[in-house]
Amino acid sequence: MIEIRFHGRGGQGAVTAANILASAAFLEGKYVQAFPFFGVERRGAPVTAFTRIDEKPIRIKTQIYEPDIVVVLDPSLLDTVDVTAGLKDDGIVIINTEKSKEEVLEKLKKKPAKLALVDATTIALDILGLPITNTSILGAVAKATGVVSLEHVQKAIQEVFSGSLGEKNAKAAEEAFNKTVIYEL
Amino acid sequence: MEYKPIRKVVSGNYAAAYAAKHARVEVVAAYPITPQTSIIEKIAEFIANGEVENLQYVPVESEHSAMAACIGASAAGARAFTATSAQGLALMHEMLHWAAGARLPIVMVDVNRAMAPPWSVWDDQTDSLAQRDTGWLQFYAENNQEVYDGVLMSFKIAETVNLPAMVIESAFILSHTYDVVEMIPQELVDEFLPPRKPLYTLTDFDNPISVGALGTPADYYEFRYKIAKAMEDAKKVIREVGKEFGERFGRDYSQMIELYRTEDADFVFMGMGSLMGTVKQAVDILREEGYKVGAAKVRWFRPFPSEELYELAKNVEGIAVLDRNFSFGQEGILFNEAKGVLYNTDAHPIMKNYIVGLGGRDFTVADVKKIAENMKAIIDKGELDVEVDWYHLKR
Repeated sequence: MIEIRFHGRGGQGAVTAANILASAAFLEGKYVQAFPFFGVERRGAPVTAFTRIDEKPIRIKTQIYEPDIVVVLDPSLLDTVDVTAGLKDDGIVIINTEKSKEEVLEKLKKKPAKLALVDATTIALDILGLPITNTSILGAVAKATGVVSLEHVQKAIQEVFSGSLGEKNAKAAEEAFNKTVIYEL
Repeated sequence: MEYKPIRKVVSGNYAAAYAAKHARVEVVAAYPITPQTSIIEKIAEFIANGEVENLQYVPVESEHSAMAACIGASAAGARAFTATSAQGLALMHEMLHWAAGARLPIVMVDVNRAMAPPWSVWDDQTDSLAQRDTGWLQFYAENNQEVYDGVLMSFKIAETVNLPAMVIESAFILSHTYDVVEMIPQELVDEFLPPRKPLYTLTDFDNPISVGALGTPADYYEFRYKIAKAMEDAKKVIREVGKEFGERFGRDYSQMIELYRTEDADFVFMGMGSLMGTVKQAVDILREEGYKVGAAKVRWFRPFPSEELYELAKNVEGIAVLDRNFSFGQEGILFNEAKGVLYNTDAHPIMKNYIVGLGGRDFTVADVKKIAENMKAIIDKGELDVEVDWYHLKR
């Protein structure tokens, strides 16, 4: 079972990202589970969401404490939230940031086995005209982890957002896929 | 027609809404409350999109009115559905007695949510268990699939025994969690659940009836007995419908208590709802570590599956009852009921009550393992440490 934790801020679509990732894995024949941190969501406040992916039905109904993959949608969270809490030793961290690897690592409490960086905010602003990074960051997840293909991420995005909005969001995911830089640490 | 499921990734609330749609409900009267709201929003969306025919949606000013409207609709012969949570369910309380007393097969989803104060929107079974004595059947779902299946089966069972039924799912843990659900093609649902055939309706003008008449001391007692008998008879109907559901769709619900790896178990964990998914996962891990443990998931709390509990209890040394609820001045409600069932039998395993997960406190595999260690020590010693264990308490 692969366990993924998303960190975002209310309004950035972390919960939707968790759901789309689950749908993409479902399209690949996997069993999935996606859920928000069971808190009270407010715009701008730190938000956590989770996705589980497995080959067999998922029975466990708890939050994720030891993720395999951590996805950070908002770079400012690195200053206030311990995003690597509980991260497995071979864990992967994917961050939306314009900062360098060195600057990012300085802020992480635990060094991941693999770090993937992408400036998803700029991509989202360019393509969607809004700083909502949930769909673009999923392109980075596909690139850095391989748990789902870009094609299925795009298909799952277009199930949630129809028409030209879906096309734009799928394009944002592809752009992020191409621009994600991966560091093996 | 061969059964080919339609697999979708949906939340527990959407599973409930789809089940209501597939049951071809004719009246939905509801009032929004977190975390239930997305059920009735989804049903409203079905109507707005023209996906359903012959469905009357009645927005009302309170949950009390929602149930009152369902009672009127059901008495008129319609298949009626609603959903609520916590304070909303409490506000309905008077009308719940009314629905059962008038023998109306309304189906309601209650999203278990902790009662305030302090305000909480998170999972807790006390809201539904506080409705224990209203005459409603109660089904507790472990996962989104069981929410969907539970609603479909509940209509069939309720309309057979003429009592209302509550399908209960966990706040957020199911209601807002997306999971894979196998839905049944409409034609096959229609075969399993044909249109309701009420015995009496207010709209049968050739055979006028009175609903809600005075029951004098000469008659009231017999009315109560008939409800008691219908609830007892519901056990047979539940098992038959659960078996039929399994034969048609591959998921068997003929057991009112689902047993998991209990055959050779020294002790079992018993509980209801979503926490039992985590318990099953933990049982597999504990078995690998050498613990002979199993899980007993109480699917139906009303009517209470006394016979199945007895069969289980006579073959184990201990039962750890996990209650995500509490009756102040006494103990966990499932624990209290289970002990009561066994008192007049020859099955007396050691029973301990663990109060877990109130107000949405996360209940994990690690917690189940700790409880297993504690239970094992108790059984080895042959006596309880405490009977009611406030397991998570910050000390």
